[in-house]
Amino acid sequence: MKILRMTLRAAARALRRNKLRSALTMLGIVIGVAAVIAVVSIGRGADAAVQQQIRSLGTNLLLVFPGASTANGVRAGWGSVSTLKVNDAVAISKECAAVIDMSYAKRQVVQVVYGNQNWSTSAEGVTASFLAVRDWQLAAGRFFTDRDVAGASRVAVVGQTVVDHLFNPGEDPIEVMVRIKDVPFQIIGVLAAKGQTGFGQDQDDIILMPFSTAERRVLGTQILGTVDMILTSVRSVADIPEATAEITQLLHERHHIAPNADDDFGVRNLNDIAEASRNASQVMTSLLLCVASISLLVGGIGIMNILLVSVTERTREIGIRMAVGAKRRHILLQFLSEAILLSMVGGFAGCLLGIGASQMISRVAEWPTLVSPPAIVGAFLFSGAVGVFFGFYPARQAAQLDPIAALRYE
Amino acid sequence: MDTLIQIRDVWKIYTLGEVQISALCGASLDIKSGEFIAVMGASGSGKSTFMNLLGCLDRPTRGTYRLAGVDVSTLSADQLAVIRNREIGFVFQNFNLLHRTTAVENVELPLFYSDVRFGEQRRRALEALAAAALNGREHHLPSQLSGGEQQRVAIARALVNRPSLLLADEPTGNLDTRTSVEIMALFTRLHRQQGLTIVLVTHEPDIARYAERVVTFRDGQIVSDARQHATTATQQAMP
Repeated sequence: MKILRMTLRAAARALRRNKLRSALTMLGIVIGVAAVIAVVSIGRGADAAVQQQIRSLGTNLLLVFPGASTANGVRAGWGSVSTLKVNDAVAISKECAAVIDMSYAKRQVVQVVYGNQNWSTSAEGVTASFLAVRDWQLAAGRFFTDRDVAGASRVAVVGQTVVDHLFNPGEDPIEVMVRIKDVPFQIIGVLAAKGQTGFGQDQDDIILMPFSTAERRVLGTQILGTVDMILTSVRSVADIPEATAEITQLLHERHHIAPNADDDFGVRNLNDIAEASRNASQVMTSLLLCVASISLLVGGIGIMNILLVSVTERTREIGIRMAVGAKRRHILLQFLSEAILLSMVGGFAGCLLGIGASQMISRVAEWPTLVSPPAIVGAFLFSGAVGVFFGFYPARQAAQLDPIAALRYE
Repeated sequence: MDTLIQIRDVWKIYTLGEVQISALCGASLDIKSGEFIAVMGASGSGKSTFMNLLGCLDRPTRGTYRLAGVDVSTLSADQLAVIRNREIGFVFQNFNLLHRTTAVENVELPLFYSDVRFGEQRRRALEALAAAALNGREHHLPSQLSGGEQQRVAIARALVNRPSLLLADEPTGNLDTRTSVEIMALFTRLHRQQGLTIVLVTHEPDIARYAERVVTFRDGQIVSDARQHATTATQQAMP
């Protein structure tokens, strides 16, 4: 359409005539759009990183913890009493169809000594199936077998953090004897490094030993046959609700829990944690997005303000245009297209700035960012809508001027 | 000659609160195509209101105004805009050029709102500037032009769409005598060579002498309508 092209051309010309003012007017939109894009990028980046870490924990893992004790009406937290038994774990692996693999663990913080070095770490007595259930890998050596567990062998598999703190760089820990709570152990394997969890827990600061060894030789004072945690794996995330129901029902029966009584165990899965963290980061992102959108709104008000000033200032121009044949809709379109042009150019600059800022942030602050194309398109279109919305009122003011009064305006 | 303008008993009544002010009280006038008319009168005599009606910037409260056979007193604001664009060229006392806009862009302005193709616009504008003897000034801003040059740009703008009527409201009011003579010479030339119909408002008898007919307003009515022998300014204008 000719008139549209001409109007846009005239609007561009009018904005060029007042470069500094146009640039300052755009600034609000530029900052608004850039903020929206940067915030969404950071939000998505953080979310992706957390999800990645949670996936590394294993989302098809179901953990059963011993339950809360109730003494004189005071309810302690999960794990405060040892209500889970090895027999429970065995029953789960036998009777719950959705569970494909199972391990159980007992843990305690212990002091490990090697030569003149020592290190406090978490010792876990586990079954031979532990590695498979958790989907962990070995970096060197071997894991202990069912025979080691049955014979309560004094063998241990250590995490990378423990290796780093006990041994000199380059020293091979395999076959080396260390002392755990004064009991000599032979290191037979090293776990592959996994890094920190999303919650800052070091997954490599661990030492694994056969369950029986831990129970009889290291954590000796406690009641035999109890476990601190049962780990079960299911085929996929979709099986989690079914497995949870099966385990809950089985343990209800085994522990003789009345229908209205509190459970003495808890079933947790990391998928819930993943979900929760995803929700948390979404809430955070939405919140930041709101703040960023407010700056877009403020930018729009800035455009309206400048356009109102511009209409007053250019009253004579409007009068001249009307005298030489401009219809009201021409004047309306002219000011509206100036508003839209301002906000769209501002939006475009904001997009570039936002993408640049996201990349700067990921480089300088080393935060993960993920530039989101829908956010860019959305912010750009929204800036255009801001232009239409806030440009309409001043444009209508301009179009409704009386040509005679406008021509006489000083 | 054809009758270009036929005005019959037009009234313009403004209502200010409860007071009604009659700016025009039943003026009637016929203007033939190709006439050069000066409209005179003291301020408040109704001549400005009359010019606004003539220029289709305003509509009469009562009475009829036919421009080239069309009754424009009943047209809508948008229809009047089209008439202003095609049939009328305006020249103002204070030039009314768009500042920070070059001469040629100012002249293009009426074409912008017409059907003239974009490629054609620049050519027509340059042509109109040449006709107003502004060669070499096409890309100057109004602030870089003298008063006389600015008024000639305004005249080029008024004529670029080839209107049937040129309305000049005190066109020499802001100019010195010599420049005024130049501008009046240009009007005379356009009138003589192209048969342009010109209606010129002035309160200076010297300027009114260039016209062939002088219409005088007083208290919203036409009190005299006299033909005269126009001054030939051409020789004086070109020193």
